[in-house]
Amino acid sequence: MAAPELAPRDNGAPDYKKYLHPAMARNYGRWRDHALVRPGVYKHIAEDGEELYTVRAGSPRMLSVNKIREICDVADRFCEGHLRFTTRNNIEFLLTNADDVEPLIDAIENQLKMPVGGTGHSISNIIHTQGWLHCNLPGTDASGAVKAIMDVLFEEFRTDNLPQRLKLSSSCCQINCGAHADISVILQHHHPPKPDYERITQCELPKVVGICPVAAIRPAKKKGRDSVEVVEEKCMYCGACHGQCPGLEIRDADTDTLAIWVGGKSANTRSGPSFMRLATFGLPNNPPRWPEVSDAVRRIVDAWKDGAQPFERVGEWIERIGWKNFFDATGFEFTKYHIDSYRFARTTFNTSSQARR
Amino acid sequence: MSDFPDTPLLDQLEDGPWPSFVTDLKRLAQTKAAVGQLLGQLEKSYGNRWNYWTGTVLNLKGYGGGVLARYSDIGEEFPQVAQFHTVRVIEPPGYVYSTDALRELCDISEEHSSGILQLHGMTGDILMLGSDNESTHAAGEALMNKGWDIGGSGGAMRTLSCCIGPARCEMSCYDTLGLTKFLTDTFISELHRPEFPYKFKFKLSGCANDCANSMMRSDMPIIGTWRDNIKIDQDEVTRFAKVHGEQFVSDNVAGRCPTRCISYGGGVLEIDDDNCVHCMHCINVMHSALRPGDDRGVTLLIGGKRSLKIGDMFSSLLVPFMKMNTQEDWDELVALVRRIWEFWTEYALEHERVGEFIDRISMTSFLDGIGLEADPRMVSEPRANSYIKFEEYSTGRMHGEPHKKPNVVDREVIGPEGDG
Repeated sequence: MAAPELAPRDNGAPDYKKYLHPAMARNYGRWRDHALVRPGVYKHIAEDGEELYTVRAGSPRMLSVNKIREICDVADRFCEGHLRFTTRNNIEFLLTNADDVEPLIDAIENQLKMPVGGTGHSISNIIHTQGWLHCNLPGTDASGAVKAIMDVLFEEFRTDNLPQRLKLSSSCCQINCGAHADISVILQHHHPPKPDYERITQCELPKVVGICPVAAIRPAKKKGRDSVEVVEEKCMYCGACHGQCPGLEIRDADTDTLAIWVGGKSANTRSGPSFMRLATFGLPNNPPRWPEVSDAVRRIVDAWKDGAQPFERVGEWIERIGWKNFFDATGFEFTKYHIDSYRFARTTFNTSSQARR
Repeated sequence: MSDFPDTPLLDQLEDGPWPSFVTDLKRLAQTKAAVGQLLGQLEKSYGNRWNYWTGTVLNLKGYGGGVLARYSDIGEEFPQVAQFHTVRVIEPPGYVYSTDALRELCDISEEHSSGILQLHGMTGDILMLGSDNESTHAAGEALMNKGWDIGGSGGAMRTLSCCIGPARCEMSCYDTLGLTKFLTDTFISELHRPEFPYKFKFKLSGCANDCANSMMRSDMPIIGTWRDNIKIDQDEVTRFAKVHGEQFVSDNVAGRCPTRCISYGGGVLEIDDDNCVHCMHCINVMHSALRPGDDRGVTLLIGGKRSLKIGDMFSSLLVPFMKMNTQEDWDELVALVRRIWEFWTEYALEHERVGEFIDRISMTSFLDGIGLEADPRMVSEPRANSYIKFEEYSTGRMHGEPHKKPNVVDREVIGPEGDG
């Protein structure tokens, strides 16, 4: 059989100019202002006065071709066949006719069964990792946990009267493919990897040794063959080796738990970007709906809504009131595990006599 | 369908107001039996709190990345997902689509894959889930025949992503979509063929709001900025104060400026632009009254990454301001990136992201290596420790030896692309 003919290689990025909504193409680089018409609806105004409406809808990120075709039908009907997605997996329907905004919202909510919202000072969609559905490393699922949490935060997605926007993320292992966010849910391992010496033989041993950030993996002969061993006292259960070598299983269905992190921010506004910090840990990995996680997230959201000043993101609110008051306000216990013990730990200590009462 | 597995746990994710992927995938399973088995395996994961995928490598001819191969550990039980791979498709910059383009992806997914698309992955790419060892090649060829491209896994450049930029935002300070396409196309070989110590990510945001979420998720965030004065429309300031009150302007615009460079009194708003750090807060709040200046460009940062493996790292400032309007500006950026990659690829350890590399060799050595001068804006404060090795006082230099930089700087920098 003749070798199959290969399609062109190195096509590069799709030509976005073909995909821009006509009003975007006409006004590219010539936008003057915008307004939030209602939660979930922006109006952008070009220099020459043309107006473009954006209706934002929450999506589960994972979509069947059936669903995408339905979404396309709606975009064909109202949006001249153009739409876009946001960094946080929302779908944005674009249109120029103001009279079509309400019928479009109706079609999104009642035909597509997707909520409109996620703009301004709301809780936008969760950016998340792949989980049990398709990753090779996860200790938990993402799509299900995201669905369960967004069910609980549904009203905050559809309205926009929070102190500031609030962003969520989740990660299914401690490699943390997820992003820093105001609130983040991350799986936590509690044991060193359990070596499977048969499977380890398939791995590139120098790479397995090299990837450990604390030099806890060293070459060793096992069962007469070249292999590795784990120095358990050094290991901090990060799972970096597990990504390199499936023979070093880091997960444990009986002991893996979930932790919640708060105060992350990517925007350079005001206080600048910030890392999220540990709020609480030891929540059970409890599919299918992880109710303990939703409860903890809800508690943080409520404390922030209650205490934050206008425009304060979660991290900025905590910065102002102090961590002691954060733990008081949320009722989470501050433990010795909240004190950093890794690199840069000292940069997180209070190196002054300043202390809240 | 008779062989659709029972999924009592996943069924509980069909309740509640947020759209349910379970409901959507169950419907797809009526025409795609593999999706039913996918849900069957997922149900088992939910029951046992255990994962059943093993990851390996599968490459299309001419590519070293772009496919995430997954084999089910329980393939005898779920044979139709025994091989269930993901193709990473490069997304249109700004995530803009025509419905024709989306339908084209749907058709390819339906024909060669499981009919599941994720829009989009954490890197920004389109994920096409569910092809086997044979159909992955067919899916890849079908995609490429239609002008799509794949890539971005292993020790390679990752698919870029950017904010909506000038396509729909008055705040964007450069052409994020245009530059994303240019960098993708220019570095397409680095995206397809893993030749780096580890991954390298660009994310592009038109302003400091960073809607591309770049600061700790990319090795090189490219953030739009300006260096002249913020443009103030005092009539709009007055109108804003009428609606929200003068106290609101004092408290929440002037009062929340990180450098206190805004003063507001007698209904007039003034900005000490020499002290502005271009954080965007005041412009966000009073977007009708305030706009970025006209002398626009970008700030380049370097070294951001998530936890694996030494812990999270912020990017730090590398170039405070660079024009990004013309082809020459873009070529200058490409030349700088080439210098960074050459130095990093030459000296980094296996699996060492550029931020980790900088931490190990020092920012000073890194700047030397890529030929950039130190700038006070690169640090939040100068060093506090006094243990400094001044190279001017080294024995060799005291005896007239010239300053030697790492040899990568002396190499001829690869210029504009296209001439080999």
